[in-house]
Formats: sequence, C-alpha cells, structure tokens
Amino acid sequence: MCQSLVSTCHLSYNYVISNLTSAVVLHLYSGVITVTTYGFICSVPCLLCVAASYGLTDEQKEFQKVAFDFAANEMAPHMAEWDQKEIFPVETMRKAAELGFGGIYVQPDVGGSGLSRLDTSIIFEALSTGCVSTTAYISIHNMCAWMIDTFGNTEQREKFCPDLCTMEKFASYCLTEPGSGSDAASLLTTAQRKGDHYILNGSKAFISGGGDTDVYVVMCRTGGKGAKGISCLVVEKGTPGLSFGKKEKKVGWNSQPTRAVIFEDCAVPVTNRLGEEGQGFNIAMKGLNGGRINIASCSLGAAHASVELARDHLLVRKQFGETLSNNQFLQFKLAEMATRLVASRLMVREAATALQEGRRDAVSLCSMAKLFATDECFNICNQALQMHGGYGYLKDYAVQQFVRDIRVHQILEGTNEVMRMIISRNLLTES
Amino acid sequence: MSGRVLVGVKRVIDYAVKIRVKPDNSGVVTDGVKHSMNPFCEIAVEEAVKLKEKKLIKEVVAVSCGPQQAQETIRTALAMGADRGIHVQVTGKDYETLGPLQVSKILAALAKKEDAQLIILGKQAIDDDCNQTGQMTAALLDWPQGTFASEVSMEGDKLKVVREIDGGLEMIKINTPAVVSADLRLNTPRYATLPNIMKAKKKKIANVNPADLGVDLTSRVEILRVDEPPQRQAGVKVETVDDLVGKLKDTGRI
Repeated sequence: MCQSLVSTCHLSYNYVISNLTSAVVLHLYSGVITVTTYGFICSVPCLLCVAASYGLTDEQKEFQKVAFDFAANEMAPHMAEWDQKEIFPVETMRKAAELGFGGIYVQPDVGGSGLSRLDTSIIFEALSTGCVSTTAYISIHNMCAWMIDTFGNTEQREKFCPDLCTMEKFASYCLTEPGSGSDAASLLTTAQRKGDHYILNGSKAFISGGGDTDVYVVMCRTGGKGAKGISCLVVEKGTPGLSFGKKEKKVGWNSQPTRAVIFEDCAVPVTNRLGEEGQGFNIAMKGLNGGRINIASCSLGAAHASVELARDHLLVRKQFGETLSNNQFLQFKLAEMATRLVASRLMVREAATALQEGRRDAVSLCSMAKLFATDECFNICNQALQMHGGYGYLKDYAVQQFVRDIRVHQILEGTNEVMRMIISRNLLTES
Repeated sequence: MSGRVLVGVKRVIDYAVKIRVKPDNSGVVTDGVKHSMNPFCEIAVEEAVKLKEKKLIKEVVAVSCGPQQAQETIRTALAMGADRGIHVQVTGKDYETLGPLQVSKILAALAKKEDAQLIILGKQAIDDDCNQTGQMTAALLDWPQGTFASEVSMEGDKLKVVREIDGGLEMIKINTPAVVSADLRLNTPRYATLPNIMKAKKKKIANVNPADLGVDLTSRVEILRVDEPPQRQAGVKVETVDDLVGKLKDTGRI
C-alpha cells in the first residue's frame, strides 16, 4: 500500500530547534528520508473555510500555488535567521524576480508581468506566509517600478524598469521626512532648478531599503507650498550629494534595512523627473493606493499563517486532561479569528478589483481595506500568540515574528488614522 | 527522428494531505481533497524541458489520463515548459479501476501515433506506488528502458542513463526510442514563472478517447478492501539493562 508517510512533528515541547520556524515535515519517499523545514503549509486546505484559493480563477490559483511554493521552500526556512541577523536577502528576492515577482503589475514591454491588482494581492498574500518583512519590501519595490512604468516617459521606462523587474536593481520610495509623516504635503526637501539639473537639499526618514537600494523615487518641492509644489524625481545611488543615515534598529521588518536618505546639494538630471512639475504628490498618492492593498495583503498572509499555527497548537497542547481544542473559549476565539481573516481578505480583494477597474470608490476602498485588514490581522496574530501561551513569546516560534512584522502595517503607507481621514473626507465633502 | 518526447503526468492527492480511508473501506477519500501533479511526474517534465532547452529534442507533449480535472495537471506541465498536451478522457468506473496496465497501453498507442522518440515518466505515483507503468510501456512497445534514472544524457541517437539501484549506481547505454522513468535525484523541478503560466493558457490540449486508440480499459485487478496502517503502539519503558534483555527474550526477539 501507500508507503508515503507524512507526519507533522511538533518538536516544540520536548525539543526546540533554534532558527527553525514551527513545523517540520518528514517525507518518506521510497525509503529515502528528506527532511524539509516549513513554516506552515498554508497551501494545503485542510482548513477549508480560511483557504485563500476560494473564488479565484484557475490561472490565479496557479499564480498562488507558485507563490505558496516559493514562500514555503525559499523563504520560510530562513525567515527567523533573516530577522535575527538583519539580512537583506538579495539572492532570494532575485530568485523571486526570475519568476516574475519583481514587477507584477508593471507592463510586459519593459519586463513586467502585466498582471492585475487582484493577482498581485493574491501573490503577496501567499509570499507573506514565508516572510512578511521580505514580501513587504518586494511590494514597495513593485510600487516604485509601477510608478516609473506609469508616469515615466519612454526613456525613463526603458532605462529603469527592466532592471527593476529582474531586481538587478532595487528601489526605494522616499516621501516621509523627519518633519512630515502624515502631513506628507508639507515636505521640505527642496529641488531647485539649475540649468538641466535639480539641486536637492533635505532628508527623508524611515526609508525601506535605504542605503542598500539603487533607485530612489523621491518626492521633493520644486514649487510653492502644499501638494501642488511637489514633483517626483528618480535619484540613482552613487549620485554625489546622496548619503544615508545609520541603519535603524526596529522591532520587526528586520530583513529590510531602514535608513534616512540625505540630500546635500545633490544634482539630479531634469530628465529623471517623472511626469510634470507639481505632479509629484499625485504620483505619490496613486502609488500608495496600490501600496496599501499590497501591505494589507501582507497582513492577510501573516494572519492566515498565524491562524494555522494557532489551530495546530490547540490540537496538540493538553491542559486539564484534554487538548486545548476542546476548550469552548478557544474554539470561539479561533472562529472569530477565522471570520475576521476572511472578512479582511474580501475587503482587500474587492479594493484590488476596484482599483484595477478604476472605479470611483477605489481610493476610499483601498483606505478602508488597509485600515480594516491591518488592524484585524494584527489582532489575529496577537491572539494566535496568546493561544500559544508562554511558547508564543519565544523566538523559536514563528508566531511572534508575524506579530512583530505586521505591527508596522498599521503605521506606514499612511497611518490607520490617515486612512480614517481619507474615508471621512469622502463621506463629508460635498461633491 | 521526430525529436518528440511524451511525458506522462498523473493527477494524485497532494503529498502533504492527510489521507483518510473511506468509511466503506473501498478506497481513500478524494472528494474535496487537494490534488496536484505526482512529484515524480514533475521531475519527468523538468527533465524533458531541460532536454528541449539543450536543443536535444524538439517538442515536449504532456499526457494525462483521467476526468476533466486531469487538464489542471496538464496545464501545470505546460506552465513548466511543455509545448502541448493530450488529455485521454477516462471517467467514472473506468477511472476508478485505471491502473498501470491500461495506462501503459494508452501511452504505447500514443507513442506510435505521435511518433515519439522518447517517453519520460515518473518512476511511480505516490498514491499507488506501483512502479510498473514505465516498464510495461517499454515492454508493449518493445523499446529499451532506463528506469530509476538519476541522470540522463543523449549521445547521438543513444541514451546514457545512470540508474539508482540497490547496490549503488548503474550506468547503461540504450538505443532510442526508449522509455525512461525518473527517480528523485534526477533534477529539481523548476517553479512555473508568471509569464509561463499565462503562456500556458494559449497552448493546446487535445482530447482523446481510449477507444479511439484501440485500448481496452477493463481492469485485471479488483480492489477488495482498503485499510489504514495499524496504529502505532506505545512503547514500554524499562529501568535496567536486565529488564530490557528480559523483555526482548519474552517477545521472542532474541
């Protein structure tokens, strides 16, 4: 009969392996034992109601499968190490780019995959189950590539996009400054026109990938005050006058470096300006609409993985003479987590569809989806940690990394407070 | 030489799924259970695509026998780089009793029809572990076979195959056309890329009836009963070495 023996060993309780995330799967293939470490096998829908593949087309399921397989094989085994050693996994990301993940919604004529926002959301959600921090960086990189693809002229598209799509070069998005976060339009970095160059002065804060990336998409002031005075420039690493601050020490997102980006009389050719002068803020916000869906998708992946981890733990851990899964409070808690996960997923996917179709409600929906999904998913991951008891607090277990990594999703790409501003403005402004 | 390779791909229950036996012990539960391509078939497809990339063969044709869902498996092969697919439609009772004998008859008929130079199969499927289809196909065609292949290379119109056998590795040289069955270490299957998944949509899958190939699907095997393996019994802890020796003697082990 069937000789394949698949046993999921929770080596957790008696035998803790450092640097491994929770589940170890042993395969017996015709007498040959191969030991593979996985974080979680979210692609196997034993959890029917939270499976991420419902309602998708066959093609989308194929994309999702590749992303899940890549996450399980190439990312999950290293997730803890990348976090602890603060490694920026360049080789792994380039492998992802080979599969088409470097410019998922960038047009094919410059090397992108030309897929929809919904396809993108599905892919990032799946990749996130392998490592949230790395996937989040890949999504930021994708956002920058899209901005150049969409608002750049032919020369700019051909110069920057192909290398970004293969991840030969990496990108960073530079909007936030020490003095302007939520009040992004008040940014102070100036770009003074001098002949055929802009001279940049100022600094950006909290830039993901800053210092290690090659292409910086920078929002800076070319005109007067407010949003209308802002333009978007592409600055390449190595440009004289471009320097970086120290690498920040963060609670999570440790597989991507975060640094200040400093401009001191940095001369950037006018030919590197995306779109017209004064269009920069608009470009930045359009980029963020998609970025918000991507970040929310990363939260979804983390929450899904955490629900599976919590479920597995409840089925194994015994207290008071029976497994935790027999405890009604925990059953109900798990049900609530699953419900909110599916609700979040529906919102994110609907927002992705709305953005793809250019619907009138797209901007509000993207804000709502980001607000709802990042808040709910953080709570889900946090609950999952709680269900693990003391073990949840140990770095030997993956759930704490999910909690730490997605906490910042409620803050960046527009704080959840700013999301509320956008939504209430839509409701209360006379059109 | 047509330069055409036939690759058999089987749709099986995903390796990571926990198998459950049906309450009536007639088989395992397949409804609503995740299926995917047999891992050894993935290795077979990868090898065929590699040969095409080395320009040693011209066309890779993926073949699967089964109901409508078999097309998903063929699509996966197309996304990995196969050029076109053939779906041999087998449904209902015929599908439940489909085994290596019938599949090898189908593959033999297709090999003649498509003028194949090479057939690459997975060495066995992870659901029935038969390890028979490759061998039977070669016998029916009277072609040489290189089974348990861990390395395949073409030298002119001969095939050099390194086989994994109990004693170690055996290297054989066989004439083409031939049948090769892939073992675990032959290669590492590639991920499908997003562009290839989209291209795969446009590749053709032909529908074929076993009757049109002149193949009789009646099974010579009747499954009487399917049971789970016996539950693993708890061990016994002993205090001293004497106790251990005593227990071993009691159970007749020594």
